[in-house]
Amino acid sequence: MTVALEMRGISKAFPGVQALSDVSLTVRRGTVHALMGENGAGKSTLMKCLFGIYKPDEGEIHIQGVKANINNSGDAIQHGISMIHQELHPVQHRSVMENLWLGRFPLRAKLFVNHTKMLRDTVSLFEELGIDVDPKVRIGTLSVSQIQLLEISKAVSYDAKVIVMDEPTSSLTANEAEQLFTIINRLRDRGVSIIYISHKMEEILRISDDVTIMRDGCYIGTWPSSELTTDLIITKMVGRELKERFPERAHTPGEVAMKVEGLTSINPQSFRNVSFELRKGEILGLGGLVGSQRTELVEALFGLRKTAEGTITILGRKATIKSPSDAKRHNLALLTEERRVTGIFPVLSVYENTVIANLGKFQNRIGLLNERKGRLEAEQRVQQLRTKTPTVHTMIRNLSGGNQQKVLLARWLLTEPDILLLDEPTRGIDVGAKFEIYTLITNLAKAGKSILMISSEMPELLGMSDRIMVMSEGKLTGVIEGKAATEQEIMRLAANQPAAATREATE
Amino acid sequence: MNPLTTTVKVKNYLTQRAIFVVLIVLIIGIAVADPGFLAFSTLRDILQQSSTRLIIALGAAFILISGGVDLSAGRVVGLTAVVSASMLQTEQYASRFFPDLPQLWVGIPIIIGILAGLLVGLINGVIVAKLHVPPFIATLGTMVGIYGVNSIYFNTEPNQSQPIAGLRDDFTMWGSGYFDLGKGYTIPYIVLIAIAVAFICWVIFNKTRLGKNMYAIGGNVQAAHVSGIKVARNLIAIYAISGALYGIAGVLESARTGGATNNYGNMYELDAIAACVVGGVSTAGGIGTVPGVMAGVLIFGVINYGLTFIGVSPYWQLIIKGLIIVAAVAFDIRKYVAKK
Repeated sequence: MTVALEMRGISKAFPGVQALSDVSLTVRRGTVHALMGENGAGKSTLMKCLFGIYKPDEGEIHIQGVKANINNSGDAIQHGISMIHQELHPVQHRSVMENLWLGRFPLRAKLFVNHTKMLRDTVSLFEELGIDVDPKVRIGTLSVSQIQLLEISKAVSYDAKVIVMDEPTSSLTANEAEQLFTIINRLRDRGVSIIYISHKMEEILRISDDVTIMRDGCYIGTWPSSELTTDLIITKMVGRELKERFPERAHTPGEVAMKVEGLTSINPQSFRNVSFELRKGEILGLGGLVGSQRTELVEALFGLRKTAEGTITILGRKATIKSPSDAKRHNLALLTEERRVTGIFPVLSVYENTVIANLGKFQNRIGLLNERKGRLEAEQRVQQLRTKTPTVHTMIRNLSGGNQQKVLLARWLLTEPDILLLDEPTRGIDVGAKFEIYTLITNLAKAGKSILMISSEMPELLGMSDRIMVMSEGKLTGVIEGKAATEQEIMRLAANQPAAATREATE
Repeated sequence: MNPLTTTVKVKNYLTQRAIFVVLIVLIIGIAVADPGFLAFSTLRDILQQSSTRLIIALGAAFILISGGVDLSAGRVVGLTAVVSASMLQTEQYASRFFPDLPQLWVGIPIIIGILAGLLVGLINGVIVAKLHVPPFIATLGTMVGIYGVNSIYFNTEPNQSQPIAGLRDDFTMWGSGYFDLGKGYTIPYIVLIAIAVAFICWVIFNKTRLGKNMYAIGGNVQAAHVSGIKVARNLIAIYAISGALYGIAGVLESARTGGATNNYGNMYELDAIAACVVGGVSTAGGIGTVPGVMAGVLIFGVINYGLTFIGVSPYWQLIIKGLIIVAAVAFDIRKYVAKK
């Protein structure tokens, strides 16, 4: 057995959190090695250490038995390590082969690009891997899966010994995934090792040779996949008590605030036929994996995405929501997942960021804004939510993520919403601020507001929710009572594994 | 937070107001070269020359802060100058644009001129907000097209592209009239008009929903949409207002000069954008103030007047202006980049 890559005793700490402690990973030559763990288990951090994006505090990396010093992705490529990212960013308007050889075009007389050689090399590479893509077409005309195959051939062209694939099938159809597996097998036969990161149990058990499981930044173990079952993997991934603390609360369900029936996206790849009820004073968790279309569903509820079918009923009356301003009129509020892209106005002050969605409240009879009133209100919210900012005139981009999130929460609280849609409300927020945000959310529910909360963090879903809905690939696969819910059950629904099948597997 | 030391405080204060520091340094420099520069008449002349430029620059600021750019400003000035002047010639004048036009109340041609500007702005706004054409291209299109429209109008019988002259006194007095304060001190009306327009713009920027929405759209258009701001409607209003401002400027230009041709206002948009960026308006959107724009316009006013006053050649003046544009922005950007 030859070892292609060995990471030994890797530790990495960030302010306030030990992201990795003493993690090891040994990948054999010519095998597919699955790396598994919940969100936040440390898989990405470990891979970032491998690519020199983070510098590990402790530990060593050995490639084919030789100690390697990797400080950036260029070093990684030199050492024969490549990564196929979850999100691909090719140069849209150039051809396939130009993308493939970008930055290292074959040259004639050291000056002119040699297109003939470039085409020849591309064709032979594609033939070798069995990829059926015309090297001359523009990237823009390719499907996601074809672009992914292109990335893989790029890795092969760099003579990669180890290729990391991060959720490679998350945006592929079943057929495209099959094609990917064929190519993975071909790579394995050539002696290439694949580190395969995925949440999909079936896939893992089918194509991987070894499985390494991580939990809370620690190494749990490595097993041949032939010895594992879905339930065994889930147990090893979860196996822990809830460490985070959540505010105490007694659930007092009220009347139905929002009823959604048969909601279907205009995009056939997205959510379809989703029905659920959200009650007053309820926190309804929404779980699922990457590609489960949770964000798309919530954005559609807020009028940011179009729906083909289905109805939304708010407080007994049918609601037509075609834009965020419609949603606001129905007393909905949305805290988006991408705080920086769709949330904050980076160059505006905390005050302006707070009042922007609710300027009508500060207008006097002739339409002029009462700035004093607005500033006072912003200052009150800063105190109420304990936002840490020098003054309300500070630019919001100078605040930490947690404090930015509090300002955004304040923005929506000012609109006096009845229903709050929260998409990953604690993403990228440190532990202390998390608890404060949990308390705020709990208090809102106590005050009779309805809350629909997307979360990818299991403890958060379990600790906060009265009920938990789980989505998988655009479908609602189940709703569980919060108290009765277990991580295993959520995982099973998220991977869309019927309960019967898993029971069979354990027997 | 650590208490700031006095030096840091002074440094911060000066960085935030670098534009005003530059303006004062410039004035001191010119005054040292020729103390005769420090006279009331100098101030009055600079303000008078800067008046229409300020109004155009304020229009450009609306667009820049909302995250766009407007290349049509200069041509709109030309159009509105010609349109208003064509209806304001004295009956005694030999070659009138409209030979049979009765003496209208002076306000009517003025309002028609301003409305023509507003209409072009409205068209720009619809192209940008509804057809999603990038502002640079949309206003490039109207800039070229509007010049064509203006030239056709200007060339109609019997005018046939003759410069429009012989304007009525009750019109030109808006451009060249003044309050006499005695002892040789005068304040031109046009300066007061520009100050009034600047005040109204300041109110819109700071005290209205439209103003706050403008900053928000320029600061992050996606977040503005998610916050429930009706982006298209606000953008159209912003473009329309700036068009009306160019209209006011065009009407005042013809009143000030006592005439108009279809080439009035050519390239003024670039002066306006230069004044805005020197005054701290971000071309990336979301940042800019009315006092900043005023300072930017004044800097160019001082350069034009002051450097000529001390005998610097016009070619050297261009080099100095170019340097100031680049240096001002390079310095201003530090204010935002350094804090990351």
